[in-house]
Amino acid sequence: MSTKHSIALTINGQRYSGDVEARLTLADFLRHHCDLTGTHVGCEHGVCGACTVHVDGRAARSCTMYAVQADGSEIKTVEGLASDEGNSLHPVQEAFREFNGLQCGFCTPGMQMTIAAYLEENPNPSEQEIRELISGNICRCTGYQGIVKAGLRAAERLREEQS
Amino acid sequence: MKPTAFEYHRPSSLNEALEMLSSLDDAKLLAGGQSLGPMLNFRYVMPENVIDINRVPEIKGIHFESNGAVRIGAMTRQYEIEKDEQFNQQLPIFREALRWVGHYATRNRGTLGGSLTHLDPAAELPGLCALLDAELVIKSQNNERTVSIHDWAVSFMQANIEENELLSEIIIHPWTVSHGFSFLEMSRRHGDFAIAGVACLLSLDDKDCISKTAVSLIGVANGAVRLKNAESLLLGERFSMDLAESAAQVIDGLDAPADAHHSGDFRKRTAKTLFKRALKQAYDNAIEGRTR
Repeated sequence: MSTKHSIALTINGQRYSGDVEARLTLADFLRHHCDLTGTHVGCEHGVCGACTVHVDGRAARSCTMYAVQADGSEIKTVEGLASDEGNSLHPVQEAFREFNGLQCGFCTPGMQMTIAAYLEENPNPSEQEIRELISGNICRCTGYQGIVKAGLRAAERLREEQS
Repeated sequence: MKPTAFEYHRPSSLNEALEMLSSLDDAKLLAGGQSLGPMLNFRYVMPENVIDINRVPEIKGIHFESNGAVRIGAMTRQYEIEKDEQFNQQLPIFREALRWVGHYATRNRGTLGGSLTHLDPAAELPGLCALLDAELVIKSQNNERTVSIHDWAVSFMQANIEENELLSEIIIHPWTVSHGFSFLEMSRRHGDFAIAGVACLLSLDDKDCISKTAVSLIGVANGAVRLKNAESLLLGERFSMDLAESAAQVIDGLDAPADAHHSGDFRKRTAKTLFKRALKQAYDNAIEGRTR
């Protein structure tokens, strides 16, 4: 057993703290210490994208980052994507519903967190750009068409909201 | 929890990091974690000590020197390079190549120094550094040395760096002559490790002859390679597809190991096709640049 480290961080606007071993991944911290099980854990080596969350506003894999590294950071997980305590879905979530951008739902949190972060940087993506973007997120059900359409529609919605 | 237990250290200055490196046994530096994270999780590496250099300010950021050199802190993240307008004006090939480096979310964490130190043979950034004759600044507690990128790989995925040393910055001299560029890559899925990739810079004189060129190749040999022999064949010549075809033959002479996915011959065939396309694209780009 190695030394434990005290960490304090903000997740979806709420303060969390804990004593963690350095080898605890951020994904496991979110799921097991904070009971935020919306973040899914697939490959655990940065390939599948299911565990993608936002770290200080940028999309990142929570399985290749250790919880101790997130000390002092602001994290957003899929639980924090909808506003108004979950009553008002994020445009990305709305669009996933509209286009059936999921079947089993395993990849969905990672897909949505990836797309939501990207659309803030690039509000007007092409279909090719969305496809390149989600090449880092593996879905084994859908064939991606619904997800791509949802990404494009979400971008449209967000642009409408801005204007 | 996936990795074996390790002690975690988080220096807040470069001196502190170098001091830890010299005093701690069996220590690994943790940069962006996009290679070391998976390796720890798989238990390919089981270090006693991990030194997290994410909060060392001296080795972050991009600096433009008055002599034209660009100094990039080793901890500069790949997305920061992608987003830097001044950098991309001087070195536009980087943005083209960075699209192929991992994925959007991994580029948010992954660093230039991390990619150079990990030294995957298919990695794009060592290929770009070889293309531009980058110099690497290596520091230890009592010493500092500069290594040419061409002396950086000592064997397969093994960089020219000692256990007590840290790669602190990368110095690149962008070409000052007008030139075209191209970066092309082939992989099974966008963002996967390259089967082969080619980076090319090319300048033309007023008679449309190739006056300066650099070509590097990734994914084929044991590491990134500069195709110096092909470059000499191109110099002084007018571009044609026949010229590209004959220069591409240089790739046949490379030692290309097979892996679980592809034979060495397939990688070479792919590389030759990409080489010809990249040369054509860089040539067209150089002509366009002249008419701009």
